[in-house]
Amino acid sequence: MINTLIGDIGHTSVIVAFVAAIVSSLAYFMAARTKTEATGDTSWRNLARGAFYVHGVAVLMIVFSLFNIIYEHRYEYYYAWSHSSNHLPIHFMISCFWEGQEGSFLLWIFWHVVLGVTLMNVGKKRKEWEAPVMAVFSFVQLFLTSMILGIVIGDVKIGSSPFILMRDFMADAPVFKMDPNFLPQDGTGLNPLLQNYWMVIHPPTLFLGFAATLVPFAFAMAGLWKGKFTEWVKPTLPWAHFAAVSLGIGIVMGAYWAYETLNFGGYWNWDPVENAVYIPWLVLVGAIHTMVAFRRSKQGLRASFILVITSFLLVLYATFLTRSGILGNASVHSFTDLGLSGQLFTYLAAFVVLAVGMLVYNWKKIPATEKELTTYNGEFWIFIGAAVLCLASFQVLATTSIPVYNSFMGFIGIETNAALPADQIAHYTKFQLWAGMAVAILSGIGQLLWWRKVDKASFWDAITMPGMLTLLFSSLIIILSNKFAILPFKLDNPVYIALLVASLFSVFANLSIILGLIHKKVSLSGGAVSHIGIALMLIGILFSSGYSKIISQNNSGLLYSRELPEDINRDNVLLWRNQAVDMDKYSVSYRGKFFEVAGMPGYVNQEILFRTNDEYKAIARAQVKVNGKVYYNIGDTLDLESPENTYYELEYKNRETGKSFLLYPRAQVNPNMGLLASPDIKSFADRDLYTHVSSIAPEEKEWSAIKEYDIAMGDTIVLNDYIAVFHGVEMINKVPGVELKKGDVAVQADMQILGEAKSYHVHPLLIFKDGMAGYFPEEVADLGMRVTLLNIDPAKESFKIGVNTTQREWIILKAMEKPFVNILWIGTLIMALGFTMAIVRRSKDGVPVANAARPDKKRKAQVV
Amino acid sequence: MKKSHIIGIVIIGLAIMIIMSTAGDASTYVSFGEAIERAHDGDNSKVHVVGRLKKDPQGHIVNMQYDPVADPNYFSFTLVDTNRVEQRVVYYNPKPQDFERSEQVVITGNMQQDVFVADKILLKCPSKYVEKDINKTASL
Repeated sequence: MINTLIGDIGHTSVIVAFVAAIVSSLAYFMAARTKTEATGDTSWRNLARGAFYVHGVAVLMIVFSLFNIIYEHRYEYYYAWSHSSNHLPIHFMISCFWEGQEGSFLLWIFWHVVLGVTLMNVGKKRKEWEAPVMAVFSFVQLFLTSMILGIVIGDVKIGSSPFILMRDFMADAPVFKMDPNFLPQDGTGLNPLLQNYWMVIHPPTLFLGFAATLVPFAFAMAGLWKGKFTEWVKPTLPWAHFAAVSLGIGIVMGAYWAYETLNFGGYWNWDPVENAVYIPWLVLVGAIHTMVAFRRSKQGLRASFILVITSFLLVLYATFLTRSGILGNASVHSFTDLGLSGQLFTYLAAFVVLAVGMLVYNWKKIPATEKELTTYNGEFWIFIGAAVLCLASFQVLATTSIPVYNSFMGFIGIETNAALPADQIAHYTKFQLWAGMAVAILSGIGQLLWWRKVDKASFWDAITMPGMLTLLFSSLIIILSNKFAILPFKLDNPVYIALLVASLFSVFANLSIILGLIHKKVSLSGGAVSHIGIALMLIGILFSSGYSKIISQNNSGLLYSRELPEDINRDNVLLWRNQAVDMDKYSVSYRGKFFEVAGMPGYVNQEILFRTNDEYKAIARAQVKVNGKVYYNIGDTLDLESPENTYYELEYKNRETGKSFLLYPRAQVNPNMGLLASPDIKSFADRDLYTHVSSIAPEEKEWSAIKEYDIAMGDTIVLNDYIAVFHGVEMINKVPGVELKKGDVAVQADMQILGEAKSYHVHPLLIFKDGMAGYFPEEVADLGMRVTLLNIDPAKESFKIGVNTTQREWIILKAMEKPFVNILWIGTLIMALGFTMAIVRRSKDGVPVANAARPDKKRKAQVV
Repeated sequence: MKKSHIIGIVIIGLAIMIIMSTAGDASTYVSFGEAIERAHDGDNSKVHVVGRLKKDPQGHIVNMQYDPVADPNYFSFTLVDTNRVEQRVVYYNPKPQDFERSEQVVITGNMQQDVFVADKILLKCPSKYVEKDINKTASL
């Protein structure tokens, strides 16, 4: 039965949320007028607050309705049908909530509600900010809500509703012409690449970061509007930190997801969709630096305005890039066009005009100091650092926008055919590497100058120790890697050495700051801590990307004489099942296909499972146990977690130490997307071993013609070069998956085949049921052989078996080593810690009472 | 001149450098004819070519060669670009799994002697970007 109620609730809530946002922004606008403020009239403000709460409740109702549609498998709704399916576990239902554009807009809207309510209720002492800031907030919210409105006026489509019914979405589909109440039984499911726990937490984090960039923007706009050109910075700072850390963590989570799930061999691919978030993040971090500098020395206010506003506009631009379909030819994972690109562009343009207009109009009124900065001054280096960040951001922006130039030129009638650089990594690295180096050096020097202020002599004192430690450690690493083979790489590239030295300098310089601050007030060291984090991230990226080594070089010894340039890397090896191949210092064997079974750890070999008609169920043919614990007995039914995913067991054996470990890279042959391979990663302290399958043998095998043998019990024969012993047959009374009635007979042969590595017991079945003979052959995938019990002659005690052979199964494998990738993840955590410390410190900083109570002397040490 | 002005000039200079390097590194979508011309002129920069697989009248793909058992790192096929020019393409990597199903193929690379050596293949499968087909579930 079609349930239209929940969709009506959802859609009505969207309209309520939209209208409430209009009311709220209008009322806040009225409340923020100087005239209203002067009279002390709070009625507008109360109306606006009420409207925002109504808006918030309506948004919660939308979220509830959409999630209910997904959770209850209501496939009459297009959203559920196209993003979910019956077998999806609950945590992935959460991720299919935001797989679609509408859901991800909703997530963004939801975070804005949370942040808006927080803003309305914290900082009671700063009530003067509420009206103007929330007016901007509600205004943005009104635009975002309209994106999921789903209303068509004439030819103009405003928003795309997540509550559209299948029959309305596909009005032309014949099935709905026959039966308007047709209900699909299952959905088309979640994109398998997104079935990963990082996809459950990465999008909300990223969107929280997106949403949080609105707060600094709203404060900046409120400052311009109300003429409070300097006061807005103080309450903005903790929020800017918060936005930067959420975005930063969101980006790294996305990178980690890519590392774990995609098979391009790394965590960062310079894909336009990745870049779209990286660009505003850099600018936002730059904005934080200029604001911090302004708080201390009253310099850099105009820069702060520009950067805060730019970072929000870049978030909107990123939204436009990823959702308008403009990247269709350039990126594999942007959203498809929902026909909303015009609407998105209008919003982008509206905000650019509005914000830039406000800024230009007020430009002359923004106070600027004419004081010249000296070189021995922390602020000076901070501004240089912010400039480097902006330039780095600009490079990525300029390149990522190439498809935009194309469509713009097309729009004005000029045909262009520019494409993204063929070697993107080289293109971006050539600038980002130097920017990273500059950031590392500047963060070291800047911090030292910031805390040991001003004079030349004390600066050189302060820099001596970190400088010496840097030289000591970098020479140690260089010697260790070049002269002794202790480290997994040879550090001899001068550019890489320079980056390492710069990063180490940043670590030691900032460490010395922390040590200095421990005596005074360690809570002030957030900046130093996050700089150490960034420097460690740079080191991690340097080693893991710069020295990533493919170890699956093809060493089959075949002669290549075709078209071929000699420098081509042959990076994939073919592995026959159970035939070890030497790779680097390992001997690697492929040992079979495995499944994930619900409720038990590890993986289960497909060989001991009977598949049933229900692809999510299988029957155990042998005891299923892990580490000695039996999970299922013979004949038990198992639930397969995801039957479309196959795990390939690989045994890596270190030829020197003899130690071995198993890896299970995953692959899925998806009818829509081809082979989806996910790596498995073995982590060592100093490196990751990253392995994925690049290709698999076709599922349908070509079997040779059957060869028949007449044998007696105890006979030994040679089958396909293997020795086989026929032990005999036995009657059995239970066959998994087949119901035996009275009069049916089931016989099982027992045969042993001696393979190269081990011997195999083969049990083909012969069943006489309802006067018909049924054959259940058994396949030994390891040997490429299938044995069928064909007949029994009780009089002669002779048996007829048939044997088919095939090519042995294979996979193609790619494996690489990534040294010290862990330093990148550790650096991220340290960066996040530093940001958190800064948030705490900056929000305490915002409370005026505490500041006033502090004695003068301490305030100097605290350096606002 | 004030220090801030010098810095401003340096920043503008760097920004111009960035724009120039972007313009210099940007690739182009070309036809095979143009790719061959470039190779003749000694320009071995990488280009994008958009094309379709060569098919016989029955719609079967012809001239595709991949034998993983002999060499897992050698895949070659014939691509027909938008000007209907046919060109042999070699890809020193395993064959992308769903290659046959793709409607359109975007390759990146350059001409080397008489073959186009691709280092990246972007497939556009019919179902990957367009709306999913309802009839599949409807028939269940």
